Amino acid sequence: MGRFHRHDGPEGHGHSHDHDHDHHHGVGDLSGYATADDRVEVLERIFGENERVGALNRADLDLAGAIAVNMMSSPGAGKTSLLAASLRWLTERHRVGVIEGDIETALDAERLAGLGAVVELINTGQGFGGECHLDAPMVRRALTRLPLAELDLVIVENVGNLVCPAEFDVGAHARVMVYSVTEGEEKPLKYPVMFRCADLVLVNKVDLLPHLDVDLAEFYKNLARVNPGVDTIETSARTGQGVAAFCAWVSARVPAGAIRR
Amino acid sequence: MHELSLCGAIAEIVTRRAGDRRVQVVHLQIGQLRQVVPDALTFCWTMLTEDTDLDGSTLDVDRVAAVLTCRTCGTRSDLPDPPAFACVGCGGLDVAIEAGEEFAVTALDLIPV
Repeated sequence: MGRFHRHDGPEGHGHSHDHDHDHHHGVGDLSGYATADDRVEVLERIFGENERVGALNRADLDLAGAIAVNMMSSPGAGKTSLLAASLRWLTERHRVGVIEGDIETALDAERLAGLGAVVELINTGQGFGGECHLDAPMVRRALTRLPLAELDLVIVENVGNLVCPAEFDVGAHARVMVYSVTEGEEKPLKYPVMFRCADLVLVNKVDLLPHLDVDLAEFYKNLARVNPGVDTIETSARTGQGVAAFCAWVSARVPAGAIRR
Repeated sequence: MHELSLCGAIAEIVTRRAGDRRVQVVHLQIGQLRQVVPDALTFCWTMLTEDTDLDGSTLDVDRVAAVLTCRTCGTRSDLPDPPAFACVGCGGLDVAIEAGEEFAVTALDLIPV
């Protein structure tokens, strides 16, 4: 009899369990015990690898004295327009990089070129299952293509999608969600994970309010249900309303300090 | 959603932890707040594992309901529908999500040798 002789239940030390093999157990040999051998406790988070790479991204940014901001929204809410309107203000004060994520085309990246920031494009259309959102490994690859040591601020424009991007840490220090007033009042209740993960919600296209029946007070009430106390700024890329306030919010988070050369 | 890529991540964990043993069941914990559709996940798993060492293995999903704990008064409550992240007891907004964000491989049932 081996030294180690464990039973799964409270039964005594009799040998009523059936084995169809020899009963000699060596020290540490659990081969006779179906339960111990055939069930493996794993306890591993499925997003663990992505979180690990996200933390690496953040660490590299910290080392470079820079921060990253993850901009998310549904398609067409106005991320690119707001970004285009903001880059002049931001690049006057900081050295800015943009990581542009789209399933297909370089259209957004092209729109943002020539506004003072370095722009890197990620097209997710070719990736294995990586289409509808950016994840940390994708952003990491884009970060390696940016002159990180010479940047203070990296803005990641995520794929337009209200569901999946909220699940994936990309290594940003802050998350900005762009919501358009044309989307109605109830989105925060339908997409609580996205609205809750935001540090700032930009309430965009407010120049259209006279043409809409949207109840903005109701929207703010719903937003408060899922993300109480979140910062909000009403914006319009077209008129410029709120753009400076948005830039100031981002700028306040850029680390002051040594500029690395 | 992108259940296929999630299955890829699950398969990586399973393959690593199973070693050279064949797998019968992969036990998963999926919290209510995770935007994953279990049926789509199991469908993609079948597709992904076909003709591999994991062929024939199944996913067993344990769904975990979202539970909030108020940091002000200590009240624990289920997340209401539609969702609200506030305390049902004192109305406080400082709540912790005690359960509902899980997304993990918890255990494997291996095929006995």
